[in-house]
Amino acid sequence: MIEPTTASRINRDQERREADSKTVFGFWVYIMTDCVLFASLFATFAVLRNNTFGGPAGKDIFSLPYVLVETLILLTSSFTCGLAMLAAQRRNKNQVLLWFALTFLLGVAFLVLELTEFRHLAAEGNSWRRSGFLSAFFTLVGTHGLHITIGLLWMVVLMIQVLRKGLLRSTVRRLTLLSLFWHFLDIVWIFIFTIVYLMGAVS
Amino acid sequence: MNEERIVATQHDSDHSTLLAYISGFIMSIGLTVAAYLLVVRRALSQHVLIGSIIGLALLQFLVQMFFFLHLGRETKPRWKLLVLGFMVLIVLILVIGSLWIMANLNYRMSPQQMNNYMQDQDGGI
Repeated sequence: MIEPTTASRINRDQERREADSKTVFGFWVYIMTDCVLFASLFATFAVLRNNTFGGPAGKDIFSLPYVLVETLILLTSSFTCGLAMLAAQRRNKNQVLLWFALTFLLGVAFLVLELTEFRHLAAEGNSWRRSGFLSAFFTLVGTHGLHITIGLLWMVVLMIQVLRKGLLRSTVRRLTLLSLFWHFLDIVWIFIFTIVYLMGAVS
Repeated sequence: MNEERIVATQHDSDHSTLLAYISGFIMSIGLTVAAYLLVVRRALSQHVLIGSIIGLALLQFLVQMFFFLHLGRETKPRWKLLVLGFMVLIVLILVIGSLWIMANLNYRMSPQQMNNYMQDQDGGI
């Protein structure tokens, strides 16, 4: 709990808080630019989605129940990531580690499912070389998978930091950035789920 | 450094945040499963179906922005919201513009022209 503090100390605390919020804002701007990257990949996919060059279309190769499971796993990991941040605000180290470990496992499960899907597609001769549609599909979904991989690596690094140094203010700030990144990836996936998979199955 | 570990008294807001995460999570699952069921059951005609699953995705975007990224709790100079708005503008221009231009190009190119073009390309390689 906060003891009676001198004015200078309150001041310094406030300054740090402002510096932290500036860092978070900077990261927010990065995330928004990353959205533009994904938007261009979505636009490419939307333009090329009917260019199957005699190969299979989306509804021939995608399994919707499989993708629904992937989606729910990623959604749950976003939720556990939020719970981890709540624990970080309470400075509860064990809970932070527990929830982030769970988030990490769910993230790995998602990535394994995605790579399995890719491997199946490639094994059936439907790799990115098959048609414009599949090139755009692999680029879009693969870029998302790459982001997930980077997020998982980042999570491991931060978990080691928490384990060794505890929940310092700087560590909590980094965890905040990671959680923003993770929620953002979940939001991008919703659009992949809708535009690539669901709309692929409809048309 | 002791002051690095100063715990802010935020237990009141803590409880409401937990509620926000839980309700956001439940709503997201509901919206995802609803979109999935609409497609699997094929209850609607194609145009309505596509419109409604895109609507559900946009709704889920708002839910997650609000409950997971706490956009509604930003205090007065709403810089995050401003940058978000700008991003949405750029994204709309990019996506709608690309689709529009490419559809127009498709429309203006007759099948005969397309065949000639493709034969030329084959011969050239």
